[in-house]
Amino acid sequence: MAETIVLEAARYSPEHHLEPTFQNYEVPFRKDWVVLDALNYIKDKVDGSLTFRWSCRMGVCGSCGMMVNGEPQLTCATFLAPYAPGPVRVEPLRYFPVVRDLVVEITDFMVKLQKVKPWVIRKDEKPLSEGEFLQTPQELDTYKQFSMCINCMLCYAACPVYGLDPMFIGPAAIALAQRYNLDSRDQGSKQRFDILAQHEGIWGCTFVGECTKVCPKNVDPAGAIQQYKLTAAKEWFKSLLVPWGSR
Amino acid sequence: MAKKPIEPFLWALFSVGGVVAAFLIPIHLFLSDLAFPLGWLKAPGYESALALVRHPVSRIYLFVLCSLPLFHWAHRFRYTLYDGLQIKHLNELINVLCYGAAVLGTAVAGYLLWNFP
Repeated sequence: MAETIVLEAARYSPEHHLEPTFQNYEVPFRKDWVVLDALNYIKDKVDGSLTFRWSCRMGVCGSCGMMVNGEPQLTCATFLAPYAPGPVRVEPLRYFPVVRDLVVEITDFMVKLQKVKPWVIRKDEKPLSEGEFLQTPQELDTYKQFSMCINCMLCYAACPVYGLDPMFIGPAAIALAQRYNLDSRDQGSKQRFDILAQHEGIWGCTFVGECTKVCPKNVDPAGAIQQYKLTAAKEWFKSLLVPWGSR
Repeated sequence: MAKKPIEPFLWALFSVGGVVAAFLIPIHLFLSDLAFPLGWLKAPGYESALALVRHPVSRIYLFVLCSLPLFHWAHRFRYTLYDGLQIKHLNELINVLCYGAAVLGTAVAGYLLWNFP
């Protein structure tokens, strides 16, 4: 008989359960399988009612984030092999409300993401005929790593500050704000200042650093936050010395 | 902004205090607790140490060395109490105790260094 491994999947249906339970599934143990493969095997062959989100299976879409043995992971990029002989516990992302089984409710993050205006803001849009906005490789380097964020929310599930204070705007949203603040084509940093430089913004962060550790795309949200703390502190002293300044 | 938040100022003190604590205090620990007692370096005599501390620049240096790490501690301990014990609702009391202790420590350091014979 082929080798198998047990997956303990969190099950929860708000209409039927008072609280989440775990259901064990025995799945084939294959070296080339990731956790998402095992979940899809369950869905296809064992129990079609198991519910989870996924799309691209290649670490780009950011929709298959779950807790694997207590750690936030992209299940499409997490091999089963290191968890042998099992069991492997799969739970929905921590700190988010659960819609069903392994699917979390992400409105909170989507609202926060909008608030930091993660797009290029220009004072005056120039006409197309004037051509593109040029950028040097050095200018690109200043923000490029923050642009790798795929909104998978693993950093929120890793952040104890977000766990304690759901008002905290959170690692990915701040990193994405920095992605545009540092972009030479962007002129919107003032519009992002008030939302970032408040207690629920950067000052809530206590630099635990777990966000950076769990990021599957090697974005450094903790670094972005510390960077912005320095920016905001400089602004504070500037406005103290020049109170009639623009801000 | 209607009311100027104090958080950036406190964080700046925390930040500078952290630099002082991390870079300067180990030098003092090394000198006074290892190098001098173990005889790796010749310890200065009482008279020359006294003359060094009496110099105004030394006094300013020692004041910075005592004061800023206290504010670093205050900020860190405040958040440790907030998150570790989850007593954020006692915010005002914690602020007074933490930053108050740092201000008190700074005042004592200033008083001693100012009145140093």
